[in-house]
Amino acid sequence: MPRSDIAVTDSLESLSILDEHGNLDRDLEPQLSKARLLELYRAMLLGRRFDERLLDLQRQGRIGTFPPIKGQEAAQMGAVFNLRPSDWFVPAFRETAAEIWRGRSLESIILYFNGFNEGGLVPEGRKDLPIAIPVGSQVLHAVGLGWAARYRQTDEIVMTFFGDGATSAGDFHEGLNFAAVYQTPVVFVCQNNQWAISVPVSRQTHTPTLAQKAHAYGMPGIRVDGNDVLAVYAAAAEAAERARSGGGPTLIECVTYRVMMHTTADDPKRYRSEEEVAQWQQRDPLPRFAAYLQQKGTATEPQLAEMETGVMEEIQAAVDAAEKRMGELGDPLAMFDHLYAEMPPQLEAQKSALARELADGGKEVDDE
Amino acid sequence: MSKMTMVQAINLALRQEMANDDRVVLLGEDIGRDGGVFRVTEGLIDAFGPERVLDTPLAESAIAGMAVGMAIYGLRPVCEIQFSGFAYHCFHQLESHAARLRWRSQGRLSVPMVLRAPYGGGVRALEHHSESREAYWAHTPGLKTVIPSGPRTARALMVSAIRDPDPVVFYEAKGLYRAYREEVPDEEEIIPIGRSQIVREGGDLTMIAYGAMVRPALEAAEELRASDGVETEVIDLLTIAPLDDTLILQSVTRTGRAVVIHEAPRSFGPGAEIVTRLMEGAFYYLEAPIARVTGYDLIIPYFSREKWYIPNVRRIVDAARQTLTS
Ligand SMILES: Cc1ncc(C[n+]2csc(CCOP(=O)(O)OP(=O)(O)O)c2C)c(N)n1
Ligand SMILES: [Mg+2]
Repeated sequence: MPRSDIAVTDSLESLSILDEHGNLDRDLEPQLSKARLLELYRAMLLGRRFDERLLDLQRQGRIGTFPPIKGQEAAQMGAVFNLRPSDWFVPAFRETAAEIWRGRSLESIILYFNGFNEGGLVPEGRKDLPIAIPVGSQVLHAVGLGWAARYRQTDEIVMTFFGDGATSAGDFHEGLNFAAVYQTPVVFVCQNNQWAISVPVSRQTHTPTLAQKAHAYGMPGIRVDGNDVLAVYAAAAEAAERARSGGGPTLIECVTYRVMMHTTADDPKRYRSEEEVAQWQQRDPLPRFAAYLQQKGTATEPQLAEMETGVMEEIQAAVDAAEKRMGELGDPLAMFDHLYAEMPPQLEAQKSALARELADGGKEVDDE
Repeated sequence: MSKMTMVQAINLALRQEMANDDRVVLLGEDIGRDGGVFRVTEGLIDAFGPERVLDTPLAESAIAGMAVGMAIYGLRPVCEIQFSGFAYHCFHQLESHAARLRWRSQGRLSVPMVLRAPYGGGVRALEHHSESREAYWAHTPGLKTVIPSGPRTARALMVSAIRDPDPVVFYEAKGLYRAYREEVPDEEEIIPIGRSQIVREGGDLTMIAYGAMVRPALEAAEELRASDGVETEVIDLLTIAPLDDTLILQSVTRTGRAVVIHEAPRSFGPGAEIVTRLMEGAFYYLEAPIARVTGYDLIIPYFSREKWYIPNVRRIVDAARQTLTS
């Protein structure tokens, strides 16, 4: 037949388990222990409160520019909660809650956003990459890590995060294609927060969903309510299991919202309405999950309040520790560290020249 | 005449060129409604509409590659890359196509596009937002690399860049964007690409700088006069490639001493070419080794230490004194 249908049967699912009105789909409800549920909630809460604190610090001039995560705690925590310590985590730059859950210290985050290279240290044993600011670039690294994990015959999987904007970048498409061709154990998590700085997702892509892009590469894709931590968890659990058991990669689109500015250098009033933001705020993932926990009898309100106090104390201690540490971290010569395994002679010479300059009253510069 | 920041001055150049020539179109991330993250394109989408100011999806390769096609068609695309640190995906399109299409097509096709990008440090920005890697472009045959030093030169060079028949990479020192205001004439003003300028005259020493380094060079010159009685000539290159060496050679032939200043890493930086030109063209007039004041061969450190990386007045004065006493 010269012209006939090709049976491309991929269908796309959308998943919601606990909606913003508190309706719960009990058949789909993931079976998490009480302890796990509380851990998950605490990680989201810590992400939220720390983010708020970072904003205060930034507004007071105590740290530099940073990208707030507010409203995206469920999208990242629901997904990353499925990883084992032996798995790999490959973030973009708006996954602070997930980074903390994986073991990054609050202190290192403060250092990083206050312009100290020391904040980039990934502690020994942690299989996490540092944040990636060049949009989309990290997606490919996840594919390489996944390929290597297979090559070494481990059951490790890799989870990488990126935004809606990143799905326009060639790196995203190349990464998904390679992952599918090599059937690497990667879970691709797109936090579709509706905006890439001032560009809405409707002008980022002509397709109605981002999840459907998976089909172009021959992998499953699913769209989930990214403010429903149970749905994100369930979708990611399925994808993680698929990856671990040799079933290859999955793309998960978490539909969420960037409630705050893109970074603290951005003014969203220039390009979006307050009403839109207000609408999304009603879909806040935190109270939704808190109500679920209370309804289920997992925690009482006083217990959650107590958790909140603990979180605030942890944050305060980290801010104090970070500020103390930053006071001790002035040495300009540290900028020469870690560029190469072995410092080449010309760099040694440049470092010595700066050392002489500092010894010779270079403080003047500091005082400018 | 009105006093403008460099942001406003570039905006003026874009606005006037767009008004004069409907071939001029802009494309880049967040350049429409948001006016660009530095507001360089502020108001242009209102003035010229979304057909001529394209708020693109997030893909630098596509921005550059699409501009190549637009330029081949006969338009004059001006791309904004949000930060020069994100321009590396453009490199492929510029190196492989824009820079060589005239040559490959035996002069039949050309790519008159402009790629604008903020570069350089000093604004406490995040990682990847403060590099000075103009040498990558300057090293590419077929490209022109232009770096203005303030509002007035930015405006006058942007006009030339847009009208240039060949691809131009236009680096804007983000530290200068709002650093100061300068008189910029309302009527057309042009500085031809490939021409440097003497911005201060002097007979004892020549300083060669561009972009954000011109101001510290001028300050250092002032200090040398006040404390050492030395008269320094300062040359603002404006175009990095193709490098115009007439003025620097004339000057160094007179002064016999030179200090070259850039924020970019030292090794294989623009200074290496500048110094070599001086060696080739003024060797017998040199009275002292030529000094370089540059960034270190490092990735510019995160902002708490960036002031130690970026050349400053003190380093320039020290280098000048060494040159003067050797
Ligand atoms: C390659 C590249 N281009 C441009 C930028 C500047 N930039 C940083 S974040 C961003 C938007 C990203 O949008 P999205 O992928 O949706 O992530 P979100 O910021 O919403 O988390 C842009 C344009 C960048 N960091 N990297
Ligand atoms: Mg986004």
